[in-house]
Amino acid sequence: MLRTLGILALICAAAFGLHLVLDSIDAYWARIANLCGISILLAVSLNVINGLCGQFSLGHAGFMAIGAYVSAFFTTTLRYFDDAAGQYVTVLPLLDQSWGFVPALLLGGFAAAAAGLVIGIPTLRLRGDYLAIATLGFGEIVTIMITNFSKVGGANGLSGIPAYSNGFWIFTFAGICVLFTLHLQRSTFGRALIAIRENELAAEVMGIRTARIKIAAFVYGAFFAGIAGGLLGHFLQTISPATFGFMKSIEVIVMLVLGGLGSLTGAIIGAVTLTVLPELLRDVETSTGMPGIRMVVYSLVLILLMLFRPQGIFGQRELSLRLLRSLLPGRRKEGAPSAPAAFTAQQSVEAKTFFARAPQTLPPQNEGKK
Amino acid sequence: MALLEIEHVDVFYGAVQALRSVSLRVEQGEVVSLVGSNGAGKTTTLNAICGLVRPRAGDVRFDGQSIARVPTHELVRRGLVMAPEGRGIFPNLTVAENLDLGAYSRRDHGAVKTDLDRVLALFPRLNERMRQKGGTLSGGEQQMLAIGRALMSRPKLLLLDEPSLGLAPLLVKVIFDTIDAINREGVTVLLVEQNANAALKHSKRAYVLESGSIALEGDASQLRDDPAVKAAYLGE
Ligand SMILES: Nc1ncnc2c1ncn2[C@@H]1O[C@H](COP(=O)(O)OP(=O)(O)OP(=O)(O)O)[C@@H](O)[C@H]1O
Ligand SMILES: [Mg+2]
Repeated sequence: MLRTLGILALICAAAFGLHLVLDSIDAYWARIANLCGISILLAVSLNVINGLCGQFSLGHAGFMAIGAYVSAFFTTTLRYFDDAAGQYVTVLPLLDQSWGFVPALLLGGFAAAAAGLVIGIPTLRLRGDYLAIATLGFGEIVTIMITNFSKVGGANGLSGIPAYSNGFWIFTFAGICVLFTLHLQRSTFGRALIAIRENELAAEVMGIRTARIKIAAFVYGAFFAGIAGGLLGHFLQTISPATFGFMKSIEVIVMLVLGGLGSLTGAIIGAVTLTVLPELLRDVETSTGMPGIRMVVYSLVLILLMLFRPQGIFGQRELSLRLLRSLLPGRRKEGAPSAPAAFTAQQSVEAKTFFARAPQTLPPQNEGKK
Repeated sequence: MALLEIEHVDVFYGAVQALRSVSLRVEQGEVVSLVGSNGAGKTTTLNAICGLVRPRAGDVRFDGQSIARVPTHELVRRGLVMAPEGRGIFPNLTVAENLDLGAYSRRDHGAVKTDLDRVLALFPRLNERMRQKGGTLSGGEQQMLAIGRALMSRPKLLLLDEPSLGLAPLLVKVIFDTIDAINREGVTVLLVEQNANAALKHSKRAYVLESGSIALEGDASQLRDDPAVKAAYLGE
């Protein structure tokens, strides 16, 4: 408990440091950095559903939308301009403060998690393509419902959301999400997720409560997607149903596939790459004078990556100190191929840290062959 | 009291009846085999025992209690474990991780360690391949892993679905010898096999399943001499 609090304090401190740095640099790049943080939240949370548990979900934008709208509802819709006081007044006095939007954010997260609970249920019957279509349908339903809900702006969207999101909050939540997920991956729950992805029937007969675990994966992923949505809303200050269309879900999936489906590090790298890359490519557009060339190059980069590393940058591996060490020259295990950047089988074994209590190899015994 | 008793179990897949009033029992300490040709309903019988399909009629009792409504994970905890057909290992996880998941429902972590040693003593080949991915093992090694993983849950009754399927004769022998060894350690085994010859040799009693119902039952040695069994299942 004390350790957890310590780590939380550390995350907050780091996020605050980052916040100060972002405040001092070019606003354009600071904005991209903040969007990277939100992307990390999205990719890492979707990785739990798609990557670890193997349930192909196309509904992540739907969870985001719920989080964004619910939190904005509390901070924006429930706010009115008090002529006497000459300022905006909120129904809950707490929400007047910048930090006060955290409860609203959490409510958005919980609302999204509740939706995750509901959407988790079809996963008990549906697999693969069918589940993908069902979750796609869920995302569409969410946006259609928002479009028809005039209280939050309908199709025009909701604007005037107070700009409460900043580097501090974004990276605090991103840090918490990464830390929780790291912990989760190494827990019994994480092992169960991976077992379901690998072979659901076998997982079931090993005593894993597959139905529960799959729903839990959706609830967990949805919660952080909801938080990411809330952060995005209070960052952009304007949201509309179109912000959370199914292309948004696809975008997050591309981040995962690029980084390596099932890898936490991969999700982070994928999120940052796909947030920064389109911006870098703006320069290409201005220097060549060809508008639109940006998306062509972007798509080409993706196609090439998938051709040469179909398993994504990290595969299912994690970037760990051990992996880094094994990549250093001179410390390579004997007999391992010396291709420099490639992740060899041996290294992948070393880097695999799914199981915290993986049994140690025992002294060799005699071969049982006749 | 038998460890496992199935009484007049009917199983349907939609409108199709897969099991018709199947009854069988397994006593504590026995190896019992269930033989039959493709589609006879062997896997369905095992699935009905471990709660993956629910019988429409009849009862299944384990350790004296009806388990017809008990969920699979609870059965694993009580000591009823299946090594599924077609090996069903976790291909992208290492041998060590596969075995570790076998002990998923256990809380006695200290004893798990000694059980791991026992499993590895039983399958020395796995010991040499602890850090290899399950999917890269040979067919025989994968079967060993599937059995070893099931043993990690410390079963009272082990259900094996066609452990010798697709293995070379030499390995078939290794697998059956291992089943004997497991049984000597006190694990009761219900063995489903198409290789009736080997199954009958290594079990005490046997049942013959034909199109969803039990056609014959008795001592394994007697069934081996039965002319009908010889003609239909032993290829003699
Ligand atoms: N999920 C299912 N849905 C519909 N029918 C099924 C299902 N599973 C099995 N069956 C049918 O039930 C019958 C018995 O199947 P089962 O798998 O139990 O046979 P088996 O004896 O294990 O055969 P094999 O030796 O080929 O594994 C078969 O006719 C099969 O087609
Ligand atoms: Mg079968």
